[in-house]
Amino acid sequence: MSAARLGQDAIARKGWFAAHKWLLLRRACQAGILALFLAGPWFGVWIVKGNLSSSLTLDVLPLTDPYLLLQMLAAGFAPAATAVTGALIVAAFYLLLGGRVFCAWVCPVNIIADAAAWGRRRLGIKSSRPPDARARYWLLAGTFVAAAASGALAWEWVNPVSFAHRGLLFGMGAGLWFLAAVFFYDLLVAHHGWCGHLCPMGAFYSLLGKAALLRVAAPRRAACDDCMDCFAVCPEPRVIRPALKKAGQESPVILDTLCTTCGRCIDICGQSVFRFTHRFDQRSSS
Amino acid sequence: MSAKKSTSAPERIRLFPARRRFLAELAGAAGSGCLMALGAGLYANQSRALGAQALRPPGALPEKQFLAACTRCGLCVRDCPYGTLKLATPGAPAPTGTPYFTARSVPCEMCEDIPCIKPCPTGALDPALTDIAGARMGLAVLIDQETCLNFLGLRCDVCYRVCPVIDQAITLEKQHNARSDRHAMLLPTVHSAHCTGCGKCEAACVLAEAAIKVLPAPLAQGKLGEHYRKGWEEREKHGGSLIGDQLELPVRGLEGKPYGDSRVDDTPAPPAESAPGGIDSGWKP
Repeated sequence: MSAARLGQDAIARKGWFAAHKWLLLRRACQAGILALFLAGPWFGVWIVKGNLSSSLTLDVLPLTDPYLLLQMLAAGFAPAATAVTGALIVAAFYLLLGGRVFCAWVCPVNIIADAAAWGRRRLGIKSSRPPDARARYWLLAGTFVAAAASGALAWEWVNPVSFAHRGLLFGMGAGLWFLAAVFFYDLLVAHHGWCGHLCPMGAFYSLLGKAALLRVAAPRRAACDDCMDCFAVCPEPRVIRPALKKAGQESPVILDTLCTTCGRCIDICGQSVFRFTHRFDQRSSS
Repeated sequence: MSAKKSTSAPERIRLFPARRRFLAELAGAAGSGCLMALGAGLYANQSRALGAQALRPPGALPEKQFLAACTRCGLCVRDCPYGTLKLATPGAPAPTGTPYFTARSVPCEMCEDIPCIKPCPTGALDPALTDIAGARMGLAVLIDQETCLNFLGLRCDVCYRVCPVIDQAITLEKQHNARSDRHAMLLPTVHSAHCTGCGKCEAACVLAEAAIKVLPAPLAQGKLGEHYRKGWEEREKHGGSLIGDQLELPVRGLEGKPYGDSRVDDTPAPPAESAPGGIDSGWKP
């Protein structure tokens, strides 16, 4: 699979814009969220204050990262009502929409990881020594143990996700090195190494997405010509097979919670096999 | 288990290759996951040792609790009207992401409505603090008496004058100036009962390097043992000595004096020039 060929079929059949529709929308969403946060410090237009850990929108809507709140509880601190309300709102949102929607549509590290994956394709780097994809769940458990043992939010000392977002809004400092480490790890050591194997935040949000309504499905799977483009571009390739190839399930819906709902498979498929739908949509061409 | 006892280890590997692979993968996942968590934990523990160097916003919980409570969201930073607060980046004197301020560059202006506490979503900045005079962000310490101009006998007084709790948090204590032997020294003296740790004194100190510095309370203050009681306070509290009247024994040579007065006689001390002693005695070996 050469870099030049990936997605060529889709571009030829659907045109460039249709073959990049969800990618562009996703980048717009990531940039838009960042712009909402940056409008305050840059232009004095205070729509959203704070950062992804905790924020206040238009002085009324409090949001708090539920993963952070649980670490807080593990560390033995009972947070005030505002934080609990904020975490419940965020948790409810991702429970409905799909946990890892956060990873693909909100998280700033996604841009770094996607850039590294793109760099891999361009430079033709094939070697990859990723840790086991379940390592993230152990790390997730480890962050709670670390919080309980130290009585502090231990993971926040190193969490690249909050480093990235806080850094953009409040000053990066040496946090840039952490992000560079993620980029070069993904580029040189392991394909989708951070987001796809280690990040405990992604692991947490994947658990939150067990019953998510918004899903990607392969209703036209009969039209699949086995070009493998979707597998090549997917950040979590293992999630596609059950839905596309009926491996262990009849439903055409990608039910694996590790799916980030990024929609790259929809864009890249020349046969328009995939589409966004709800989890109960059983329509399928075969 | 007993039925399988006879199978040797290589045989078991041959019999259950999938299980063996699964266990190996699981061990790998667990190993890398736990190793990273352990690394993060150790790093956090080490960084926490630095925590006490930073001055926290008003109402911040004690450092250990604060590190469990603060989400590092920066809402307090945003609502500080004077740009005093900032979030720590790696390498700053506070754990990454937590709010702090540097007294020497931008001290706390002690707003009466304490706007930094209000947006805190978790209570890491305690909303129970409503009177800014009750804030304890740190404690000013006149750390270098060798360079402080007032200690040199000059009348600088700047730290005293800028103190928002003047004459309570910092007072000027009059003392004899032994160097000139005819002047007074007015020594700036900090009182922990009133100092909020706002840092205005440190920011205003005229020296190239401030002689008065605001330190986090645990660095600045000693602590009496839990068991320690001050006799004079206890006596006050109980309206008399707790051990009752002391046995008065006669002391030879002090008959007729009030008990406890051990001065031998009332003759004044000999004049200084009669016999210089100590380092000024002029004695040479």
